[in-house]
Amino acid sequence: MSVDMSQFFDVFFEESQEHLDDMEHLLMELSLDNPDLEDLNSIFRAAHSIKGGSGVFGFDALTGLTHVMENILDLARKYEIDMTKTIVDQLLITVDTLKSILACYQNEHDIDWAAIEAGTLALEQLLQPADKPFPAETDVSSDIEGFGLFNNPVTNNDEDFGFFEPNETIAEETAYGFYEDEQETDTSAQIKTQDSDDDNAFGLFVDESGPDKISPDKIDSDKTSGDIEGFGLFEAAPDPAVQAKTSPAKTTSKPVVAAKSAAPRKAKTDAKEASSIRVDTLKIDSLVNLVGELVITQSMIKIVGKEVQGETEEKLEGAIGELSRNIREIQEAVMSMRMLPMSFAFNRFPRVVRDLADKMGKDVELLIEGGATEIDKGMIEKLVDPLTHLIRNSVDHGIEMPDIREASGKSKKGTVILNAEQRGGSILITITDDGAGLNRERILEKAHTNGMDVSPDIKDSDVWRLIFEAGFSTAETVTDVSGRGVGMDVVRRNIESIGGSVDIESHQGVGSIFKIRLPLTLAIVDGMCVSVGKQTYVVPLTNIIESMQPSTEQLKTLANDQVLWVRGEYWPLVKLHKLMGIEGAKTDVADAIVVLVETSRKRFGILVDQLEGQQQVVIKSLEQHYRRVPGVAGATIMGDGSVAMILDIESIAAGVNTTSKQEVPLAS
Amino acid sequence: MPANANAIEAVNNEEQQEFLTFVLGTENYALDIMTVKEIRGYENVTKIANAPPYIKGVLNLRGDIVPIIDLRIKFEVGEATYDEFTIVIMLMIGERIVGIVVDEVSDVIKVDETDIKPPPEFGVAFDSAYLHGLTTINEQMIILVNIQKLISSDELGIFDPSTKAEHD
Repeated sequence: MSVDMSQFFDVFFEESQEHLDDMEHLLMELSLDNPDLEDLNSIFRAAHSIKGGSGVFGFDALTGLTHVMENILDLARKYEIDMTKTIVDQLLITVDTLKSILACYQNEHDIDWAAIEAGTLALEQLLQPADKPFPAETDVSSDIEGFGLFNNPVTNNDEDFGFFEPNETIAEETAYGFYEDEQETDTSAQIKTQDSDDDNAFGLFVDESGPDKISPDKIDSDKTSGDIEGFGLFEAAPDPAVQAKTSPAKTTSKPVVAAKSAAPRKAKTDAKEASSIRVDTLKIDSLVNLVGELVITQSMIKIVGKEVQGETEEKLEGAIGELSRNIREIQEAVMSMRMLPMSFAFNRFPRVVRDLADKMGKDVELLIEGGATEIDKGMIEKLVDPLTHLIRNSVDHGIEMPDIREASGKSKKGTVILNAEQRGGSILITITDDGAGLNRERILEKAHTNGMDVSPDIKDSDVWRLIFEAGFSTAETVTDVSGRGVGMDVVRRNIESIGGSVDIESHQGVGSIFKIRLPLTLAIVDGMCVSVGKQTYVVPLTNIIESMQPSTEQLKTLANDQVLWVRGEYWPLVKLHKLMGIEGAKTDVADAIVVLVETSRKRFGILVDQLEGQQQVVIKSLEQHYRRVPGVAGATIMGDGSVAMILDIESIAAGVNTTSKQEVPLAS
Repeated sequence: MPANANAIEAVNNEEQQEFLTFVLGTENYALDIMTVKEIRGYENVTKIANAPPYIKGVLNLRGDIVPIIDLRIKFEVGEATYDEFTIVIMLMIGERIVGIVVDEVSDVIKVDETDIKPPPEFGVAFDSAYLHGLTTINEQMIILVNIQKLISSDELGIFDPSTKAEHD
């Protein structure tokens, strides 16, 4: 099980590192007097993402710390506590601690649990109503010193996370009753679900704030009586009763888990940092362009090579053959750098669904379809978070409890279908569940309590869109799974940031469908290449209804304009050669081809000489080195290296007048 | 060559600038060599709809769609003929690439700031606002063109007015 997950570790490390960097940056920028809500939300989301990911992968050291962090940030963004300098400072220290934990996991070093404890404690202090920043700080230092004493045996211990050794645990718990509680929490989480996203576990953790309060006082008294004496307690006062109660659970369960997760990772070497590098996609894009050029150059050489005679001809032919093969391989390699099968993102979800369903006592099956659909790597990275949120949502809120399902005549087992497919120029990812569907009343109610101005009789589809607003959650209780209202606005933001859109279809009692529509990589458009005179133009396929060769009977003249009579309708005719000022084009309509197109506003025919064929083209900006050209959406490079313009049917349509003159200036 | 001799003499002179000389019709011009990206032969371009005649069209420069301008048409010097000797100078103006069609590229010259005389007010096809000055090499008058100013001028209208400002 954990073997399957290990392939995602690197991605998690990279992502977490980014999140931590973001957090640090935002915390530094944060204005104390008037903190920006958006920034607080961003910091919170970053902490939340790390917590979620670390929970899934079993990096418990991260989960605990980020959870407390998240609590503070959640209060802060609700303006329930003020962001003081002490809090920001402590959060920054926490970010540093998280970074070092992350590095420990990444390099398979032993985790410095003492620092984590100190950090957690210091953060917990901040949540206390009593204003005691100074004890908190002394805690930190004394903790580190104190734990240092028994850290040595820990590192010598071969049992990976050796601190689970009963003796040490007892020593700790004597000094800090709180610490032991936290451990127990961890243990129970591991036993129950192997997923410390368990909200019960965290519930326990938070509830233990009682004992927490005691510990600083205790340390304070230790401090007053002298450090050395205070630490002397560690060995002096083991409580046999507690030892008997807790140690069996730990010794039996923990080492197993630890060994499991440690085994596959140990195989790797320390030099893993060099195994992957992150490259700016712009660099890859320029590489793709250069390879395209190379292909064209190579075909030029091939043509020239045909003119060579005699013995050299053979040699040249061989060399060119070699060259083409190499170039083809380079091209494939470059493209493969960008494209990954969807399964790279999808494969982690069965585990997520299973764990979540187990925990909630639901019976849920996840069906994955279209995992082989290839998608841009940059998009996969940005898709993982939103998809995780949506799938968790479907399991948590969508699928009902088995008894309720049975009562409403459904099968006990709920189904979530994750599907990816390519649809023309875009990729469509759908998450379908056969659960209860969205609850219109609850959403509207929540909108009102959130102070949104919503009319009660708006369309269903508009109601569903409300759940994408920040801070919107209709879940009754905040759990570790969902309900904080972080998810959906992140989902929308992430998807929109890669040029996609998300739609919801939902029917009460039947289920919901979340549809994510994404553009294909590199802004590719499906187009029909048409020629006019000696020029080639590309008409986007989405606009085309059909192409036809008109007969003279179909041509009518209406107020000096030629229109085309097709199936009971008059279609205005745009002559491309006139519009683009091209000489040598066919002027006789009966000789030429008419491409019937439609936009959101109008339908009309475009007169061209000939159809050249259909192909996918890469959109290049004309504005980069030139300026906007009316009627043209961009340019593209054809197979022979020449440039062809892509028509902007929408802007051409703006100039088409259905009743009056044909000669219309284009709106620029 | 005196030009080279001059160049060696003044090698350490910071006031010295390098220019690429080119020919339009019968006149010799020069432009700042630092703006030159590359020099290539003229090849067929793709026409742009409703563009003025001196904008020949665009071509594919290793994946970039680059406009090609024929200064001979714009300034009515020489004849705008296109054969295998016709040259396109690819210029980097700010972040943008623009190609200009010329009849011939002749030399790279080094010119002292002190050798540059102010441009004449008349008698040159270009508006004096786009000129850097005049200089004489080998008893030939060379017109130094301020190519950045010319290419980004409203008169040529290659760039959108809104985006032009950032290149000034």
